[in-house]
Amino acid sequence: MSELRELTAAQALGRIEAGELDSGDYFDAYARAAGGDQLGAYLWCAQPGGAGSGGEPLRGMPVAVKDIFCTEGIETTAGSRILEGYRPPYTATAVTRLSEAGARLLGKTNMDEFAMGSSNENSAYGPVRNPWDAERVPGGSSGGSAAAVAGRLAPWALGTDTGGSIRQPAALCGIVGLKPTYGAISRYGMIAFASSLDQCGPLTRDVTDAALLLRELQGGDEMDSTCVGIEPGVELPSRADLKQLRVGVARDFSHEAEGVERGVADAFARSLDVIRDLGAEVGECELPHAEHGISAYYVLAPAEASSNLARYDGVRYGLREDDPGELVEMYETTRAAGFGAEVKRRIMLGTYALSSGYYEAYYGRAQRVRTRIAEDFAAAFESFDLIATPTSPTVAFELGARTENPLAMYLSDYFTVPMSLAGIPAISIPCGLAEPAGGGPRLPVGLQLTSPAFTETKLLDAAYALEQAIGFDGRPPA
Amino acid sequence: MIEREQVLHVAKLARLRLDDAEVERMASELSSILEHVERISNLDLDGVEPTSHVVELENVMRPDEPRPSLPRERALEPAPDADEGAFRVPSPQA
Repeated sequence: MSELRELTAAQALGRIEAGELDSGDYFDAYARAAGGDQLGAYLWCAQPGGAGSGGEPLRGMPVAVKDIFCTEGIETTAGSRILEGYRPPYTATAVTRLSEAGARLLGKTNMDEFAMGSSNENSAYGPVRNPWDAERVPGGSSGGSAAAVAGRLAPWALGTDTGGSIRQPAALCGIVGLKPTYGAISRYGMIAFASSLDQCGPLTRDVTDAALLLRELQGGDEMDSTCVGIEPGVELPSRADLKQLRVGVARDFSHEAEGVERGVADAFARSLDVIRDLGAEVGECELPHAEHGISAYYVLAPAEASSNLARYDGVRYGLREDDPGELVEMYETTRAAGFGAEVKRRIMLGTYALSSGYYEAYYGRAQRVRTRIAEDFAAAFESFDLIATPTSPTVAFELGARTENPLAMYLSDYFTVPMSLAGIPAISIPCGLAEPAGGGPRLPVGLQLTSPAFTETKLLDAAYALEQAIGFDGRPPA
Repeated sequence: MIEREQVLHVAKLARLRLDDAEVERMASELSSILEHVERISNLDLDGVEPTSHVVELENVMRPDEPRPSLPRERALEPAPDADEGAFRVPSPQA
């Protein structure tokens, strides 16, 4: 049965369509594997058996969903103690769209609390382990989804990305992760972290699967006015070369940037050779403000979070600490007991940045830096079709390595945050293995490609051609 | 540098009760994060428009027609304390 779980989703779907594989058997193989999860990837999973073969086009394909998506009647915690036991009265649009496309919910995956983190160590329900090395993190915040897909506990999964939370864990686990253009997929029922940045997307074994899932997920939604969908839809990738494409690389925002591990830099440089071999022109581009992405992001995202998380007050859902009996004390003690350290830190940071006397110096300036970053990309796309960067400065790090230093953790997102601020699509694909800086067995490295807003079909096509040429073997060591 | 008093003030605004150890840690951690963030204070941003949202959208309207909403009982179901069709909370003056 384990060989079934080596198939990509598209391969399995092909066998189901050809009548060679029973969709119920396929679902059950995953439900059993997820039930025996040793990685901490799942917070809840479906039982084998049960009803439904699922309709067209996804024919009962199992899908794992990050626990940030509301699922009616099924516990949804966003990795937080404050939502322990919460059973939402409705389902997120993204999950509904997949059900309507014939997919079946396989499980809810572990995550950093409220999607705040880059290692999955901020979950109230324990860390997730990297399938390539159990002593290392899978990345975050969609760490459960990434580990489940890489560890053969799910064929594919949904995650969310606010500043890199799909792409960075995909890179660290050796799989594909796509953050679509802001506005491509509905955020309705996706528990809010930073509303102007949050975007749902697929974590998959390969680029074709990412396109297959994105095709069903994208589309406008009257419940989310910022969601406009991708016109005219998403095509499955088929490109064999990169001829006629111009790929930009920014000096301060590439393998030559400070803090990039040697192994990551080498793998990235080799990928640039592959890109050239496929016929693309690789040139130097300018992204002068990208290096300030982290500074702007860690003002804007916490500011939005401090507002979004005001709703957890012990009144309408989730935890309540009743002890002192007076209303404001109830709010304060409930939030103190329900939120973890990182969430408190971000709420404090965001509240400070928005407070009287500091608003313009922090929030106002950060919003202007955001404009500059978006303008940099727009200018670069005048001369280049795609921009390439490493996804993460390092391969997967050891559990506990960055928990005592919040700033070091934040810098994990150095290469992924600017695209989020600009709202443009970006994909991470595995581009090889590299030895970690401290030595040890080789671990996956991610390559990130980004392109203008709503050009997902073009981005996926290029990523596909590159994926075929790189020929990465995505199986973690047994 | 963020002082202890500032941490306590912001915690009050954020409705977060912090213990002494958390206040100390928060003061030093926020200081080091803000030190990094302050790199943007040297950039020339005169005349740059702020971006609050990347999608350029006009107001999205729909016809103002009544339709069913979430039933009251369903909305109250996840509440820690509900009574007589309402959320019950401690008195503000208790």
